[in-house]
Amino acid sequence: MAFKHLIGLQDISKEDIETILDLAKSFKEVILRPIKKVPSLKGKTVVNMFFEPSTRTRTSFELAAKRLSADAVNLAISTSSVVKGETLLDTVKTIEAMQIDIVIIRHSVSGVPLYLSQRIKSAVINAGDGLHEHPTQGLLDIFTIREKKGKIAGLKVAIVGDIMHSRVARSNIWGLTKLGAKVRVVGPSTLIPRDIEKLGVEVFTDVEKGIKDVDVINILRIQLERQKKNLFPTIREYAMLFGINTEKLKLAKPDCIVLHPGPMNRGIEISPNVADGSQSVIEEQVTNGVAVRMAVLYLIGGGKRDEETSY
Amino acid sequence: MKKLLIKNGLVIDPANNIEEKLDVLITDGKIEKVTKNISNSEAKVIDADGLVVMPGFIDMHVHFREPGFEYKETIESGSRAAVKGGYTTVCCMPNTLPPIDNQAMVEFINLKSKQVGLIDVLPIGTITKERKGEELAPIGELFKAGAVAISDDGSCVANSEIIRRALEYCKMFGIPVIEHCEDINLSADGLMNEGYYSTLLGLKGIPKAAEEVIVARDIIIAGEVGGKLHIAHVSTEGSVELLTWAKKKGINVTAEVTPHHFTLDESMLINYDTNYKMNPPLRTKQDIKVLKDALKNDIIDVIATDHAPHAELDKDVEFNAAAFGIIGLETAFPLIITELVSTGILSLSSAISKITINPARILNLKKGTLTVGVDADITIADINKEIEITEDFFGSRSSNSPFIGKKMKGSIEIVIKNGKIIYNKRILK
Repeated sequence: MAFKHLIGLQDISKEDIETILDLAKSFKEVILRPIKKVPSLKGKTVVNMFFEPSTRTRTSFELAAKRLSADAVNLAISTSSVVKGETLLDTVKTIEAMQIDIVIIRHSVSGVPLYLSQRIKSAVINAGDGLHEHPTQGLLDIFTIREKKGKIAGLKVAIVGDIMHSRVARSNIWGLTKLGAKVRVVGPSTLIPRDIEKLGVEVFTDVEKGIKDVDVINILRIQLERQKKNLFPTIREYAMLFGINTEKLKLAKPDCIVLHPGPMNRGIEISPNVADGSQSVIEEQVTNGVAVRMAVLYLIGGGKRDEETSY
Repeated sequence: MKKLLIKNGLVIDPANNIEEKLDVLITDGKIEKVTKNISNSEAKVIDADGLVVMPGFIDMHVHFREPGFEYKETIESGSRAAVKGGYTTVCCMPNTLPPIDNQAMVEFINLKSKQVGLIDVLPIGTITKERKGEELAPIGELFKAGAVAISDDGSCVANSEIIRRALEYCKMFGIPVIEHCEDINLSADGLMNEGYYSTLLGLKGIPKAAEEVIVARDIIIAGEVGGKLHIAHVSTEGSVELLTWAKKKGINVTAEVTPHHFTLDESMLINYDTNYKMNPPLRTKQDIKVLKDALKNDIIDVIATDHAPHAELDKDVEFNAAAFGIIGLETAFPLIITELVSTGILSLSSAISKITINPARILNLKKGTLTVGVDADITIADINKEIEITEDFFGSRSSNSPFIGKKMKGSIEIVIKNGKIIYNKRILK
């Protein structure tokens, strides 16, 4: 393992990503057993610091930590001292002083996990920072794709939606391109950030062309409040142009799988038929999320390799 | 009669086209003579052999934060920073609390500056009352009290009609209107230049258009109604093209660039270091190239620091929450030497003109030259000496500088204000 923190998939190597994915595979076996717990991180303390509302990612991390036998604490930030005018660094240092091993942080400002990793002793795992990265979501998406398709290299993957404001898109782009996938980003021109092609992706504003013959479609959640910033005229028009329904899905390869990081706006970016259809792997993503986060926590928390044999 | 004699220095006085080894004699705080081989038995002698002797530098754009934000900087600490950087005159921007939008505030700055007694700190008044951009400030009153220019710096005057009237009204007083060019709808919530790096970092971008549309608007208005327009902190290639067009048309517009905008680019934000967060934001390497060319071609007249002190609690926070700006007074001269003179982009004389006579002319100051009879404000530097920027190098109360740890050429050795040595790194004979 070449990293102490997990800030983004930009910073870690292809080999590290593969190590995480392989390990996640064995953890997935663990969580499908009746007894879902292993003792790998016994005695370690993990704190979930979510400065932004989240249920699924926070729960996923909490379960991952508990299934590794770590002590997991959730910090309810809205009721914490942040509102009393304490600085972020002071808040985090105060928690750290209670002898924490791993800090999992979600924050609305890009760069906060990196900022903290440079200033505290604990390991930092980014659970989503602003518009920057959401590495464990990227990893669980890639894990799901690899599980279904048996490989990543050479696959055509379309990421559809609000690319500009999506940390999920950025982490997927870094991870998938490192593993050799051909990534396309598809969305309205107002939501495609500048010079994104330099990240090695192809840009499409025509969804029909963008998803033609792809192996994977990853549909992003559209934040409805973007409409108020004039980034698209109406929700109805967005759904018409970019919403993925069964008609559009036919343009992709017949065995194309559909991902969505959730929570979904049914009937807007994804039609209910697609969300619940045979090509959807959305529920499995959630299961895989726990396995991938166990792998990340295990590697960063210094879990013992030889314990693996007893799984 | 108090006399000071500076011997054997390379005298650079761009206003008088002087660039040769000469002696400078100062009597009672004024320049008495600048010729070869002056000897005077009464005078204290400074041996400036191997050094460059220049008019004291003028910075027409600093933020000294007093009153209102004394924890960041005061007129006293700012003056000390200025002296260390070779500056003997600075103009302080009026975005204080309260802002410098009335006679009493101008008088406060003048009084404080005199009490500190190091350098001339000249107040700039606001364009509009409370810097709100709604109604003109009492510009005549500000001028009579001693304001040398007006500006709502930190904010752009969004209303075109108000900037038109400000330019027109200031014609009576001959003072410049200094515009901070930023369309706030285009720049809203922006944190850095919009482009590849803002995409990479997931930080909201500020498009170049936010600056350029206001540069275009203002020069068009100035072309029609006259007045003296000065564009603060130019940062983009497009702004330079617009200024080139305006100057060719004979519109009375001048412009400044900061040392950081011609030295640093957006890629340096890669670790979210808030000491690279400024407004206007650091742009691209191409913009830097064009800004340097514009200095060379005199499209940009002035180098100004936009010295913006911020305390650690303003900067050592989440990127979005961090204040914009860096300090610049102490690092300006070494950056000018290292980035512009050593690289052959500007001659030493041309570089010095941008921090002496050019701002003096824009502000109608009898300064920035070593002409016989003017106040003896003189800066003496060793342009070959390497210095390392460290945190305790700064005279400023703040140390928000991305240049800490960097080595540069150009060391300020002696600073003289009104014939009095106020800073000295050397031993006098």
